[in-house]
Amino acid sequence: MNGREEKVPLIRLALTQYIILGIFLLLIFGLWRLQVLHSDYYTSMAEQNRVKEVPILAPRGKLLDREGRAIVDNYPSFSALLLHSQGKVSESSLEAIAAGLHLDANDLKTRVKRLSAMPGYQPIFIKYDITPDDLAFIESHRNEFPELDTITVHRRLYPKNGFMAHLIGYVGEVSEDMLNNPRFELYNPGDVVGQSGVEAEYNDMLMGKNGSRRVLVNSKGKEVGELNDTPAIPGKPLQLTIDLDLQIAAEEVLGDNKNGAIVAMDPKTGEILALASRPAFDPNAFAVRISNKEWQALVNDPGKPLLNKAIQAQLAPGSTFKVIMSVAGWQEGIAQTLHVNCNGGATFYGRHFGCWLKGGHGGVDLPKGIYQSCDVFFYTLAERLGIERIAKYATMFGLGQKTGIDLPQEASGVMPSEEWALKNFRRKWYAGETISVGIGQGAVAVTPVQLLRAASAISMGGHMVRPHVVFPDKVSETYRNALHYSDTQEIAIDPAGWETITDAMARVLLPGGTAPSAHIPGIEIAGKTGSAQTVSLALRAKYANKAEFAQNGWFVGFTPKRNPDIVVCVLFQGGEHGRLAARLATQVIKVYVDKKNHRPLEHLKPPPESEEPGVPAPQPGTLGSNRTRQKTLAVSSFWSDPGSDHLEAARFVVDPGPEKEFHRAVAAPGMEQFAQNEPPRENPLPQRKKRASWQNLPGVVATLPEPRWRTGDDH
Amino acid sequence: MADRRRSLSRYVHFRDFDWVLLIFVLIICLLGVSEIYSATLHTKFEGMHIRQVYWIVAGVALMFLASLINYQALLELVPWMYAASLVSLVSVLVFGKRYLGAKRWIDFRLFHFQPSEWVKLILILAMAKYFAEYRESDLPFRELVKAGLVVLLPMLLVLKQPDLGTALTYIPIAVMALVLGGMRPKHGIVLLVIAAVLMPAMWKWGLKPYQKERLSTFVAPEADSRGSGYQVIQSLVAVGSGGVWGKGVAKGTQTQGQFLPVPHTDFIFAAWSEEHGFVGALVVMLLYFGVLMRLIHDAQTAPDRAGVFLIMGVVAVLAFHVLVNVGMVVGFMPVTGIPLPLMSYGGSSILFTFLALGIVMNVRMRRFVN
Repeated sequence: MNGREEKVPLIRLALTQYIILGIFLLLIFGLWRLQVLHSDYYTSMAEQNRVKEVPILAPRGKLLDREGRAIVDNYPSFSALLLHSQGKVSESSLEAIAAGLHLDANDLKTRVKRLSAMPGYQPIFIKYDITPDDLAFIESHRNEFPELDTITVHRRLYPKNGFMAHLIGYVGEVSEDMLNNPRFELYNPGDVVGQSGVEAEYNDMLMGKNGSRRVLVNSKGKEVGELNDTPAIPGKPLQLTIDLDLQIAAEEVLGDNKNGAIVAMDPKTGEILALASRPAFDPNAFAVRISNKEWQALVNDPGKPLLNKAIQAQLAPGSTFKVIMSVAGWQEGIAQTLHVNCNGGATFYGRHFGCWLKGGHGGVDLPKGIYQSCDVFFYTLAERLGIERIAKYATMFGLGQKTGIDLPQEASGVMPSEEWALKNFRRKWYAGETISVGIGQGAVAVTPVQLLRAASAISMGGHMVRPHVVFPDKVSETYRNALHYSDTQEIAIDPAGWETITDAMARVLLPGGTAPSAHIPGIEIAGKTGSAQTVSLALRAKYANKAEFAQNGWFVGFTPKRNPDIVVCVLFQGGEHGRLAARLATQVIKVYVDKKNHRPLEHLKPPPESEEPGVPAPQPGTLGSNRTRQKTLAVSSFWSDPGSDHLEAARFVVDPGPEKEFHRAVAAPGMEQFAQNEPPRENPLPQRKKRASWQNLPGVVATLPEPRWRTGDDH
Repeated sequence: MADRRRSLSRYVHFRDFDWVLLIFVLIICLLGVSEIYSATLHTKFEGMHIRQVYWIVAGVALMFLASLINYQALLELVPWMYAASLVSLVSVLVFGKRYLGAKRWIDFRLFHFQPSEWVKLILILAMAKYFAEYRESDLPFRELVKAGLVVLLPMLLVLKQPDLGTALTYIPIAVMALVLGGMRPKHGIVLLVIAAVLMPAMWKWGLKPYQKERLSTFVAPEADSRGSGYQVIQSLVAVGSGGVWGKGVAKGTQTQGQFLPVPHTDFIFAAWSEEHGFVGALVVMLLYFGVLMRLIHDAQTAPDRAGVFLIMGVVAVLAFHVLVNVGMVVGFMPVTGIPLPLMSYGGSSILFTFLALGIVMNVRMRRFVN
């Protein structure tokens, strides 16, 4: 055997000892680094591993009308989401998930990639309103796709057929641009926020705050325990000043075939009672992620259905502007004594300006100028006043500025002046332009709500309010401070002028006025019609009166003629004549009056047009073919023919036909499931103290003589 | 002769058995069993710790048996054993069933025969024999290549299975033997350089996709935190969140929540670290260190050159396993299937380790025999 010679160099053995020591020190260093140095980091990662945060979604606040009836509410549905706190989901998983949920794989991948930047505890929503099939797929693949989960959400349900669509607005996922805007820094990707209308304006109040459920899970994603919950703070319900019955009336009156807008307001407080715009869109389409195709169709529709015409349509007001001209003229001491002779036109600055009545109105003073809408009178008045004074009064009554209504993206309209011309076109204002402004053409442009407010102020003797759609005491101080609902102004109007002008406006809807066919028996309505040209008459004739160059019909009216209870403004695009707009407005007013007097409300169908010359317009007091009487009438009568000695007598029984009565609305159309059995009757329409006057007795027809009918050219 | 042997073997039994080593080893085994118990609690592997105990008992018995046979006799059988190992490796390649993407086993219906583990032992013996005969203190290049080939041949066969992990464990055997056998430092550097150069080539052609993935996620585990990076990340989280004192037995959230993969085998050290913290991990590391130092001490007192090489071969393998496994757990090494000797659950690992220790005992017990 071997002797005790050196078997292996001892130094090499020692070397291995040191190498092993070095290795161990390295490993111990590694342990120390993890367990001592970075222990906190890994502890939190361990927590993340096993704690899954599932959001508890806050239900959005519902929208109610002034009486507490449901307009917009939520319904429960399931959404599918991806949790990505454990890191990215693999592509193959995404493909399998897309197949199982019937989603497009590429869309899903793009969406996930886009939203992956969100913090890990925020889930990525991938499908809303999932079907039971989808639900089954998710449940059965829990082990395979632990990051795929479902959650009950509340989805927004809007009234059907676009009822009140523009005022309500719609909700949608917050967009990239919004997230980058510092104003929206508190929003997270995937949040559903209001995008237009009331939904947008009052989003913070309606949105509430999501809570979260923290659950303990194992690596399979299976829940093995629960930690504390943060409850969701539901959104607050919002009560609008809208009266559903009036809104229904306004929507029905516009129907499906007219473009334009109707706005109704309480002139004392500025509460908006109805607001409708046409054409409309269906906000329910947005609530479920509108397709790009549908969106493009809406955007490119020439009728501009996404535009809220009531606050965004900026159009020439036509003869309705004459009301403001009248006030301006009176305050400046010109109009009360102005007399002109209208023979169909006049020449100013070398140009001929025609009156709508080719034969002329004859002698015209201020009242006649108003109720007959004589252009020549107002041309003259405009020339006397000059653009600066006109602009001064117009701006006093809020034209050319936003009304400050609490809806997003209101337009400001245009009130021209010398300064305006300089600033915007770098030129002088030509005096000849003032003439057209006098009859509400030229550069003047108003929105329906602006016109409404101006007319309301005039009717109230100078009390100008700020239109709003919510009750100030039902929203937070933040909103009150921002939106100044109770901003009112008192504009000085000479009482004599006020009386004269409002009396004249009351004659507009009487024989001799420009809209007698819109008269409603028993209701004193004052107003002003307007037929606004959109292009010059010559241009129109050139294009053979093509439809898109049709005139816009305007009407603004109120009842009663001074210190009224309600003011209504109608824009009837392409309606040609103001009297047609007037008819729409007075139907809405009738519903208001009937409701106030606790009378049954009528179905409103658009009244038959009467455009053919020679055909008499419908009888006063009839609205379409539905007329409600409550019982048959027995009438006894004596008469004698002229030139006869005999006295005839007879008894007649008048049968008005079957009763057509319906009750007040219980909720907005399509929202009946949310109606309460006894809707609380809060905030009834403003009632006036009943005066013991024959004018207030129901059923009494005005004592004016029978109207002599004119055909055709009412204005 | 036989008498002498017999009487000598009786003489060598009780006193020279390295009881200290055995105690260290058994403590490690005990800790392993406790951790396996904890890691498999509430899982489908529950009760595995009992089986581990059976394996350990069998291992100890095997160890005693191995210590009985005079290692010199074993050494003389090396050429046969070497040939047999090559044959078995080839037959695995030819007859073996594919399992988990590699041909490692031959199914003999009653048991699975995994040759590559036994080949490790044989290689240790082979290297010892080789250098028992080659007595120079200097190892010129030619000899180096010759010695290297002894290991390289079976290594290539294993690589073909493919089993990169096990093949790599042959390298420390070779390295240890070569270094002790007098390899010149110059050659050592050259070999390192060659290895460094070969690596990218190996990467491109030699590695299978899953192996490549293992390495790339080693570099950046977050890139694929669901796949291969997942294991690494979970291990780091488990270890790191254990802190200084650990979360307590059976209270490791990562282990209990099944976030940590295979906590009873490859990642047992991670599970242990989570539950016993830095302190606990340090204890285990010290135990392993003690075992290795004790082994080296045994090598220093070995009776002959062959004995030294034998023991050091075992040291190389054990140290390599500890380095790779713990390195993987703390994120210094890519994920491999290398178990932690004595702690990881697994029959073949336990048996191999105890067998190797038996050989060590074998040498140590004969250190006075001349």
